[in-house]
Amino acid sequence: MNRRRNILYSLLIMAASFTSLLGGCSKDPEIPLPEPDPYVFRKPANFPEPVYNFANNAVTEAGFKLGRKLFYDPLLSRDNSTSCASCHQQVSAFAHTEHQFSHGINDLTGKRNAPGIFNAAWMPSFMWDAGINHIENQPSGPITNPIEMDESLPNVIAKLNATPEYRAMFAQAFGDDTINTQRMFRAMAQFMGMMVSANSRYDKHVRGEAGGELSPQESNGLDLFRSKCASCHTEPLLSDFIPRNNGLPVNMQLNDSGRAQITQDPADLYKFKTPSLRNIDLTYPYMHDGRFWTLEQVLDHYASGIVAGPTLDPQLSAGIALSAQDKADIIAFLKTLTDPSFLHDHKFSEHAVGHEH
Amino acid sequence: MFSYRPALLLLALLPFFASCKKDQTEPDPTPQPEYGSVNISIANTVNGQPLVLGSQDYVNDAGDTFRVNLYKYYISNIKLFKADGSHYAEPESYHLINQSQGGSLSFTIGNVPAGDYTSMTFMIGVDSTRNVSGAQTGALDPAHGMFWTWNTGYIMAKLEGTSTRSPDPSDLIVFHIGGFQGANKGIRTVSPSFNSAVARVTGSASPTIFLEAELAEWFRTPNAITFATTYNNMSVNATNKMLADNYADMFTVDHIQ
Repeated sequence: MNRRRNILYSLLIMAASFTSLLGGCSKDPEIPLPEPDPYVFRKPANFPEPVYNFANNAVTEAGFKLGRKLFYDPLLSRDNSTSCASCHQQVSAFAHTEHQFSHGINDLTGKRNAPGIFNAAWMPSFMWDAGINHIENQPSGPITNPIEMDESLPNVIAKLNATPEYRAMFAQAFGDDTINTQRMFRAMAQFMGMMVSANSRYDKHVRGEAGGELSPQESNGLDLFRSKCASCHTEPLLSDFIPRNNGLPVNMQLNDSGRAQITQDPADLYKFKTPSLRNIDLTYPYMHDGRFWTLEQVLDHYASGIVAGPTLDPQLSAGIALSAQDKADIIAFLKTLTDPSFLHDHKFSEHAVGHEH
Repeated sequence: MFSYRPALLLLALLPFFASCKKDQTEPDPTPQPEYGSVNISIANTVNGQPLVLGSQDYVNDAGDTFRVNLYKYYISNIKLFKADGSHYAEPESYHLINQSQGGSLSFTIGNVPAGDYTSMTFMIGVDSTRNVSGAQTGALDPAHGMFWTWNTGYIMAKLEGTSTRSPDPSDLIVFHIGGFQGANKGIRTVSPSFNSAVARVTGSASPTIFLEAELAEWFRTPNAITFATTYNNMSVNATNKMLADNYADMFTVDHIQ
C-alpha cells in the first residue's frame, strides 16, 4: 500500500514539475508558437459541423497533395486535354469566370455553368441538379460525362498505374501503391474538402474579428439580405442547398429540366440547387445556365423578372420588392463575401503541384 | 543487399515460439463453436436453358426474338436462416454476378456457424446505405460499370442485347435497373425456397446452394414486356419498377448438396 502511494506521489510531483516547465515555455516570448498544420481540417467558429465525415478519410499531407495533383491533371480526361481545373480556377473561387457554360474535351460545350468549389465539406449534394449525393462520388460525374472529360474510370486507373510518380504518391498517401477509384476519390475529397472559404469580411464581421468592419451601406445591405434573401441563401454557408425553381424563363433551346432529370418527377421541373453566394463577385456569369453577367441583372430578375409556373418556389411568387437603393446596398454587401485568403492560398494553387516531395 | 541476419535471428527465436505454443495447448473446458462454409453457385438460364451471351436466339413470352450481350447484377446482404429463426449474415456481403466472367457465378461464404440451414434471403441490388456512403471498393468499385455517375447510385441489374422488335435504330434493348429509394427503386429482397432441403454446415462439410436465375422472368410476370414498346431504361421511373418487380421472382433453388 505505502509503496504504491509513494509511486503515486512521485508521479504527481513529476507531472506538476513538467506542467510548470511547459508554463515557463509559453511565457517565454523568444519561442514562437508553432505554425498551425496546414493539412488539418478546421471548422470555422461560425460554421456548423461539416456534412462530410473526415473521420473515415482523415486528411494527411500526402493524401491532400495527391488529391491536388489529380485535380490539376488532364490525364483524367479521355484525350488528356481537360482537368478539373480547366473549369474550376482558383482565381474565381474555382468557378469559371466569363464562361457561360463549362467546356469539355474537343471544345464541346455543356449546358450548365461551372460553379465555384469551396465549403464542399458542408454540401449535402453536388451538381446543379443535386444528382450526386457524396463528395467522394462527385468527381466521377464530370470525369465520365461525354461532354466534359469523357473518360472511363478503368482507363483513369490504368493511366495512373502507368505513372510511377502516382504509384509513389498513392503509396505515400495510403500505405501501399494500390491504385483504385476509392483511393483516388478519397484523395480528391481530402483536397476539395479542405477548400474552406470562411475569411471574408462578412465572416470577420460575424465573428467580431478585426477586419470585419462594414460600411453603413454594406451593413444596410446585410440587413436587407437577411430579410429578403437569407431564407434560401441561409447563413453562414449562404445556401441551404435545396433545389428550387427561381422563376427564370425557360431557355427552350437548352430545355434543361433540372432536378426533374434526376427524379423523373414533374414536381421537380426546372429546379436547380440554391448556390452559395460566397465569392459571388468573382463567379460570374450567374445562374445554372450563366445567363446573367452582373449582380444587377440578378437582382432585377428577383425584383421584376420572375416567371410564374407550377414549380415556382412559393417564396418568389410575388417577386422580391427591391428599390434601386436596396439593390445597390445588397450588392455592396455581396462584395464583402469575397475571401482573398482563400483565393490566394498557395496550397490550393496549381503552382504548388510538382513540389510534393 | 540482402542480409541473412534477420532470418538467422528468427531461426534462433523459433524454439521460443514453439515452447510458447506448447503452453497454450492446454485443454479448453468450453467447447469451441464449429464453423464451416456455404458455397453459392448461380446458373443464369433463359427459358430453362443455360444463358449463352451473344450468339443464341431466345424468345420472350410476347414472341419477341432477342439476344443477350451483357448480363450483370448484384446480389447482397445474404442471410442464412436455421429452422429456429436464428441466422448468419455474411459480412461485407456484396457480389457482382457477371455472365461473361465465369468466376463470378460462384463464391463461398466462410465462417458460417455449424448447423442446419433451411432458408436464405438476399437482395438483388445494393442496399441504400452503400449508395449514400461515398467511394466504395471491391465488388462495389464504380469502375465495374454498375454505377450511375450523374445520379449517384448503383445499377442493381443490367441486361443489354438486341431484338428486331426494338424500335431502336440498332435493334438494341438496354435495361439498366437502378434506384435505392422511392417507389420505383430497383432493389428487391428475395427468399427463394429451399423446398425442404437443408444446407448442413459442419466443420468438415461445406454444402453448395445451387441457384437458378431465370432471365425470361424479366419480361414475364407481373408485367408482360414486349420490346416493341419497352426496350430501353436508364433511370428510376415506372419502367424501372416494372422490370424490378419482374426479376424479383427469377431466383429458384435448384438443389443443395
